[in-house]
Amino acid sequence: MASLAGTFDTRLDGARKFEANPATRDALWVKFVVLGLGLTFFVVFLLLPLIAVFAEAFRKGVDTYFAALVEPDALSSIRLTLLAAAISVPLNLIFGVAAAWAVAKFQFPGKNLLTTLIDLPFSVSPVIAGLIYVLIFGLQGWFGPWLREHDIKIIFAVPGIVLATVFVTFPFIARELIPLMQAQGRDEEEAAVSLGASGFQTFWRVTLPNIKWALIYGVILCNARAMGEFGAVSVVSGHIRGETNTMPLHVEILYNEYQFAAAFAVASLLALLALVTLALKTYVEWQASRSVSEEHSHEH
Amino acid sequence: MAIAARKRILPGFGLSLGFTLVYLSLIVLIPLSAVFFKTATMSWSGFWSAVAAPRVVASYKLTFGAALLAAAINAVFGLVLAWGLTRYSFPGRKVVDALIDLPFALPTAVAGIALTAIYANNGWIGRLLEPLGIKVAFTPLGVLVALTFIGLPFVVRTVQPVLEDLETEFEEAAASLGANRWQAFQRVVLPALSPALLTGFALAFARAVGEYGSVIFIAGNIPMVSEITPLIIITKLEQFDYRGATAVASVMLVFSFVLLLIVNGLQAWTSRRTGRAA
Repeated sequence: MASLAGTFDTRLDGARKFEANPATRDALWVKFVVLGLGLTFFVVFLLLPLIAVFAEAFRKGVDTYFAALVEPDALSSIRLTLLAAAISVPLNLIFGVAAAWAVAKFQFPGKNLLTTLIDLPFSVSPVIAGLIYVLIFGLQGWFGPWLREHDIKIIFAVPGIVLATVFVTFPFIARELIPLMQAQGRDEEEAAVSLGASGFQTFWRVTLPNIKWALIYGVILCNARAMGEFGAVSVVSGHIRGETNTMPLHVEILYNEYQFAAAFAVASLLALLALVTLALKTYVEWQASRSVSEEHSHEH
Repeated sequence: MAIAARKRILPGFGLSLGFTLVYLSLIVLIPLSAVFFKTATMSWSGFWSAVAAPRVVASYKLTFGAALLAAAINAVFGLVLAWGLTRYSFPGRKVVDALIDLPFALPTAVAGIALTAIYANNGWIGRLLEPLGIKVAFTPLGVLVALTFIGLPFVVRTVQPVLEDLETEFEEAAASLGANRWQAFQRVVLPALSPALLTGFALAFARAVGEYGSVIFIAGNIPMVSEITPLIIITKLEQFDYRGATAVASVMLVFSFVLLLIVNGLQAWTSRRTGRAA
């Protein structure tokens, strides 16, 4: 997945560098063919689906659109989606900072294995991410009988949805911070500590300003996935309307009931979230590359 | 050990590593191990009849076949797009560049219903394909379309930074030695890009194999024809066949782990070749 650390130095010169140089400049017809092919693919596979969401959402008119959004089951799904994100993003933020601090600032055996294991949830199917919590907390699961005795519901209830969301968004922030903090080394922090700063002061005043943009970037991506997760949440939710339906699950139910306009209306909120995510992401990339180029100009 | 301890001027090693390990174990490792513990309680014949049933085998063929094909399509068009975005200036470049990540940001269920609307018989593209006798929605071709959608950014975003950092000197040398642009691309640029291209291909493939949300709406989910493996797991769970679901999941998990190792190896290769962190 795209990592912010990789985009720091680039994107400044842009394509001009290549087009000005006769050795790297392509013939005009090549440019047209490449752009024609690429942009056609882009329009058919990426742009049309995005437009279709909004076109379908407003097909039955503005009134139907807003009616679908203020309907009680829709509102309850919005609340649950916000709740799941509000719990899982901070948890994975704390984890991401802790993991990056341990991996980037210290040497210890098994470090490569640890960073591989952190990425593990990315390569696990979302369906399996839901299944594993059913195997542990479900009625037939490891803790199933005990939970039943104590009248605690995790699967087919909100805690299961939160757990599944935490799992699928687990690596997002850690994997933005680790490469960046490794590249930055530990000289600045060591200087701060040897000048008498406490560990907390060092992190707050030295490390945090250095990783600010990567941190925000990770949080944005983590949040988008947390609010949009479908497969994992679908397994553990139980699909109880008004209780355990998140927005993506509500979209599915409406769609399967042939309420297409309503399904696309709720979907359009999620599509808006995606657009805001991409806009913020682009802004953060721009800020990050600017702060790096400023640093470079200070050094020279 | 004394040297190692002396090197640790910074505080917080025990706390940060301890928290990382506990959290990783509780959220990821212990729950994932449940799949293998559960599978281990099954008899060999029970396991085999679950994972090798004809309907399940048909789903592997579809899932892995469509994922492989989608990753290949993405490798081609991802390279074309990455090339266009880095080498050419054109109006709207920034917007296209930002929207490439749409499949990362758009919830899969939303992508699924949108693609279905487009490729259904009365949809924007389905309408054009129907006279040609091509049906996309509710056929295996629909699975391919959905998997292509979700995989595109993986290839573009792994190839693009390498292409941006590629020194122009190599192509200048090729040009001064009399190579035309196509020869320079084929013999100089493509070899430099190939580790990144392979990494992007493997990432897109790995993601496509496990994908669920964007596929189930457009696939039609006809057993033996357009049913993907993640859906088999869900169907078994809904029938309370936890053992069967877990057995199929264990096959997919082992495959994912192998793929993860391959991707890690490829990324190490990319960073050795290009001297940058992947």
